[in-house]
Amino acid sequence: MPTRPAASYMPPMSGKTLYDKIWDAHVVAEAEGGESILYIDLHLIHEVTSPQAFAGLKVANRPVRRPDRTLAVADHNVPTEGQAKGVDAVADEEARTQLQTLERNVKAAGIEFFPMADIRNGIVHVVGPEQGRTQPGMTIVCGDSHTSTHGAFGALAHGIGTSEVEHVLATQTLRQSKGKNLRVNLDGDLPAGVTAKDLALAVIGRIGTAGGTGYVIEYAGSAVRALSMEGRMTLCNLTIEAGARAGLVAADQTTFDYMMGRPAAPKGGAWELALADWKTLHSDPDAVFDHEVTIDVAALVPQVTWGTSPEDVVGVDGRVPDPDSFDSPGKRASAAQALAYMGLTAGQPISEARIDRVFIGSCTNSRIEDLRAAAAIAAKALESGRRVAPHVKAMVVPGSGLVKAQAEDEGLDEIFIAAGFDWREPGCSMCLAMNPDRLEPGERCASTSNRNFEGRQGRGGRSHLMSPAMAAAAAIEGRITDVREFLS
Amino acid sequence: MKPFTRLDAVAAPLPLANIDTDQIIPKQFLKTVERDGLAKGLFYDLRFEGDGRAKPDFVLNRPEYKGAGALICGDNFGCGSSREHAPWALMDFGITCVISTSFADIFYNNCFQNGLLPVVLKADEVQALMEEAKGGNHVTSIDLEAQTVVSPSGKTYRFDIDPTRKHKMLNGLDAIGETLQAAKAIDVYETRRALSHPWLEDAH
Ligand code: SF4
Repeated sequence: MPTRPAASYMPPMSGKTLYDKIWDAHVVAEAEGGESILYIDLHLIHEVTSPQAFAGLKVANRPVRRPDRTLAVADHNVPTEGQAKGVDAVADEEARTQLQTLERNVKAAGIEFFPMADIRNGIVHVVGPEQGRTQPGMTIVCGDSHTSTHGAFGALAHGIGTSEVEHVLATQTLRQSKGKNLRVNLDGDLPAGVTAKDLALAVIGRIGTAGGTGYVIEYAGSAVRALSMEGRMTLCNLTIEAGARAGLVAADQTTFDYMMGRPAAPKGGAWELALADWKTLHSDPDAVFDHEVTIDVAALVPQVTWGTSPEDVVGVDGRVPDPDSFDSPGKRASAAQALAYMGLTAGQPISEARIDRVFIGSCTNSRIEDLRAAAAIAAKALESGRRVAPHVKAMVVPGSGLVKAQAEDEGLDEIFIAAGFDWREPGCSMCLAMNPDRLEPGERCASTSNRNFEGRQGRGGRSHLMSPAMAAAAAIEGRITDVREFLS
Repeated sequence: MKPFTRLDAVAAPLPLANIDTDQIIPKQFLKTVERDGLAKGLFYDLRFEGDGRAKPDFVLNRPEYKGAGALICGDNFGCGSSREHAPWALMDFGITCVISTSFADIFYNNCFQNGLLPVVLKADEVQALMEEAKGGNHVTSIDLEAQTVVSPSGKTYRFDIDPTRKHKMLNGLDAIGETLQAAKAIDVYETRRALSHPWLEDAH
């Protein structure tokens, strides 16, 4: 009888998580010290964290390895009005220099660039997905911590520093050590008035700003499946505020429907090939996670932050907590300090907080769905003859030129303007207040952005993070408001 | 990063201790978006009067030290803030080697990230080099491979250096340089991925 080689013995193995699969597919080589050299499929750059990286390349006489895998936008410090006048008309000299430098650098390197005022330009994390550059299974990096946004497509995406920007430009790789797997299960139906932003804030409130440290989070569960791509991006965007390196949502039909026909999405036969691959990108049923958290979302109410950390979250029907109610002395001290900074009193209903400013924008909440949700509240107010409260200044900053154009097609701009909102041009704007949009000391702001740190939106400014609909409701009432009052 | 193998250059004596990075490059020069072009701010307050005129006595302004490629300095060079602009400014000015009895830690590390060689010698050796550098002939040779400094009159001083750092310096390897040593593997990866994921090649 002819002999055959014995089938090689495979030890029983548990399946892989989505993170494991993407990681494994990108390891170029193992480096010393437990690090791997990881291939980067897409590198997004902007004016603030790239100049020294390009300068470093020049000094070392190194070319950009894959300009075609790089995309540049101007977003962090562009003004949100008068963009058509061009970069040379930007009043802030440092901002102008950075914008001009970016333009020079990307031109020399042959990198695709959407300059200020180009309809395709906007916040880097809005533009990548919108153009179809962001795709399932990719590794994506950018010199901005909210790069986690792109995880909504089942891509492994995270922020990097300037020296790493240079590293990626030169090598199209990054040295990384692998993180652990955390699955956050969000089950149940979202109640009316509760959005992806509320989900994300609730997760951070639950696990804390360091709860995700060392992990990559995969979001699963029926509530996640039910989210639109915009909602998933909001959820993944805020992952970094939970301390995790990246957030992931496995691609599904919602993803494919969003991707189809985008300028850089695969077409024809390539689309079919890509789709077949994307459909394999999910955690195996027997994959083992290092940690799991489950939240029943059916009981959630709209969330709002009361302090100076994104984990300082309370339901809009709740009260500002008493610092003494926290277990750890450290948290007690920081809560007390936060209340002093925020000008709030322990025990006061959060909905009593009177606001001065409203910011609807940022890579967390500046997409078309966000603007529709806010405009719906504004339209409701207009029906009963109400507008933005007289003492409130409210601004709406679309995430990109395309979002702006679409909103204008839908007439959202007219609703906003009629209701007393300021309709601006795209950019990061008051998310980080590098451009002229910023809070004055002591001003209280209902903001759809992602960080309520001291001084983030302007020195002495007080930020309350919330969803776009909640922010619009706050603008009308002039105080933090339960958006559900507008829905009944 | 440019490799550092051997340098034969004018060495300028700067007999001051505790030269901090703020003296090397004052903070008004840090707003730049570039790494090069920082030479103009190097030792700004030592080199220039308040009105911008060059101080004729400062060593780097003196004609006999024109084009200096090395500095011989007092103890604890590079203390203070961690700004990487300090080595950038020295390099941009054309100085690729600093000799001293001791260096501040972060500055010392930053030097190796940028191809600037910090050489540590004993106090009497630095003193002797300093004296010679003040004379008519300033050309000093620094040989990294041999780990020696040869003074203008031909006296040889040996210095110590960590072997890994020496290797990286000789080969011009910073973190990027190291990764680029795996360039072959990156090439192979790209070729493989272009075959398995062809749609990514047109994803722009
Ligand atoms: S909107 Fe804010 S968080 Fe987002 S990319 Fe801009 S600065 Fe970063």
